[in-house]
Amino acid sequence: MITLENISKSFGDKQVLRGVNLTVETGKSLVIIGGSGTGKSVTLKCILGLIRPDSGRILIDGEDAATAERDAFLAKFGMLFQGAALFDSMPVWENVAFRLLRGSLKRPRAEARDIAVEKLRRVGLGPEVADLFPAELSGGMQKRVGLARAIAADPEIIFFDEPTTGLDPIMSGVINELVREIVVEMGATAMTITHDMTSVRAIADDVAMLHAGKVRWTGPISDLDKADDPYLRQFVTGSADGPIEAVR
Amino acid sequence: MRFLAAIGRSVLGLLASIGRVGLFVASTLTHLVRPPFYIKEFLNAVLFIGYFSLPVVGLTALFTGGALALQIYAGGARFSAETVVPSIVAIGIVRELGPVLGGLMVAGRVAASIAAEIGTMKVTEQIDALVTLSTNPMKYLTVPRVLAATLTLPILVAVGDAIGIMGGYLVGVYRLDFNPAAYMTNTMDFLEAGDVMSGLIKAAVFGFIVAVMGCYHGMNSGRGAQGVGRATTNAVVSSSVLILASNFVLTELFFAA
Ligand SMILES: Nc1ncnc2c1ncn2[C@@H]1O[C@H](COP(=O)(O)OP(=O)(O)OP(=O)(O)O)[C@@H](O)[C@H]1O
Ligand SMILES: [Mg+2]
Repeated sequence: MITLENISKSFGDKQVLRGVNLTVETGKSLVIIGGSGTGKSVTLKCILGLIRPDSGRILIDGEDAATAERDAFLAKFGMLFQGAALFDSMPVWENVAFRLLRGSLKRPRAEARDIAVEKLRRVGLGPEVADLFPAELSGGMQKRVGLARAIAADPEIIFFDEPTTGLDPIMSGVINELVREIVVEMGATAMTITHDMTSVRAIADDVAMLHAGKVRWTGPISDLDKADDPYLRQFVTGSADGPIEAVR
Repeated sequence: MRFLAAIGRSVLGLLASIGRVGLFVASTLTHLVRPPFYIKEFLNAVLFIGYFSLPVVGLTALFTGGALALQIYAGGARFSAETVVPSIVAIGIVRELGPVLGGLMVAGRVAASIAAEIGTMKVTEQIDALVTLSTNPMKYLTVPRVLAATLTLPILVAVGDAIGIMGGYLVGVYRLDFNPAAYMTNTMDFLEAGDVMSGLIKAAVFGFIVAVMGCYHGMNSGRGAQGVGRATTNAVVSSSVLILASNFVLTELFFAA
């Protein structure tokens, strides 16, 4: 279970998070939605300890993330970054197998490569991609390699920062199904950021909407269309008119 | 008053950066001695920093040795002491110009590329990705580069020394009409092991400075292409200045010893 208690974070005098409270049950899939620049990516980075929150507490299965043993803590996680963040100094398969080639999960290269090729297949990429370098791939392909890397070591908790942006509708469908499979089959806990309402409906058990540095609305996906919060309604229907100002 | 405040602010800023660099160095050193060690990264860094810097350092040394021979001849002729050319060229190259010019050339080449590479990794979240993949960026990126630079720069400079002396020899023999055999014995007879050693120790320190400044500025790069550009410039400027400053301190130490 992941619990965020009153997380705040400012960059300089710009306050991004103003007391975020959020809970994700183990084995559930939470989708975070919210306008661009509302701090969705920052929230995930706070949980991973990549950004230190100014105040508040993050608990993973009851253990405080700030004081947890770093290596054991990070070994539970897989993360897909918004910009894929592939290592451009190494070929695709070494990116995917990064964790399997060093550290406590180290195994023979041939075996690591086989796993990498298998994970690439799951995100819809053929074995011919394995030996290319990230710079030789399209944006959507890089995204999928990032996804393969995030799931390569079968983590317990997986974060996906916009897994389907930049993908065509069919590939988006494949990825949505994959995220769903990872949660259902592997029993992983997932937090996904997305702007794509189709993805939200395909992936989410629960939904949280971030607005103005706080969780504006949170609830099960079944309540998404019943809820009458005007902010949520405007976001879900994608309307330009409503309480969220669209500066033009 | 406002003038004093401005001075105070820059002094504080300077002290703060010295503190940050100090912490960075301390952290590098603690990671240096604790596993895991990334051998492949280290060997790549040796190849890039050591081997691929050979042409630059060699050419610098060659021309410097030649120019030095001409200058010392011009100066020595005023005291009818032209015969000092071989030994002064050798001592000048080995003790001072080899390590300093080699260090500065490597600062331009290596500090810049380390800062640009690590800075780009930072900006594109690759450093964050490393952390989430349970890999410490200090161990994986900084330690191999710092170790490689510290160990290979002395070798690089030793090769540069030999080439520099050869540059002096070529000018001495073909331009200044020295006797080839006499030039060589003059070079060897007056050169002491301590001269060479002091230069190589300098080179190791300069290598350390270059890699640490490259990594430090890369890791602390600002956001976007502009941030990386600034990190690169800062890495080259700060490592060059630190090389010259530490060169003076080291020379003073060797001189006193
Ligand atoms: N390292 C940083 N330094 C300074 N400001 C930052 C940093 N990271 C994020 N920010 C700021 O925090 C705010 C929230 O950023 P974040 O990336 O979390 O947005 P987001 O909700 O993920 O948006 P998007 O949907 O566009 O990805 C932005 O205004 C951004 O400028
Ligand atoms: Mg984001």
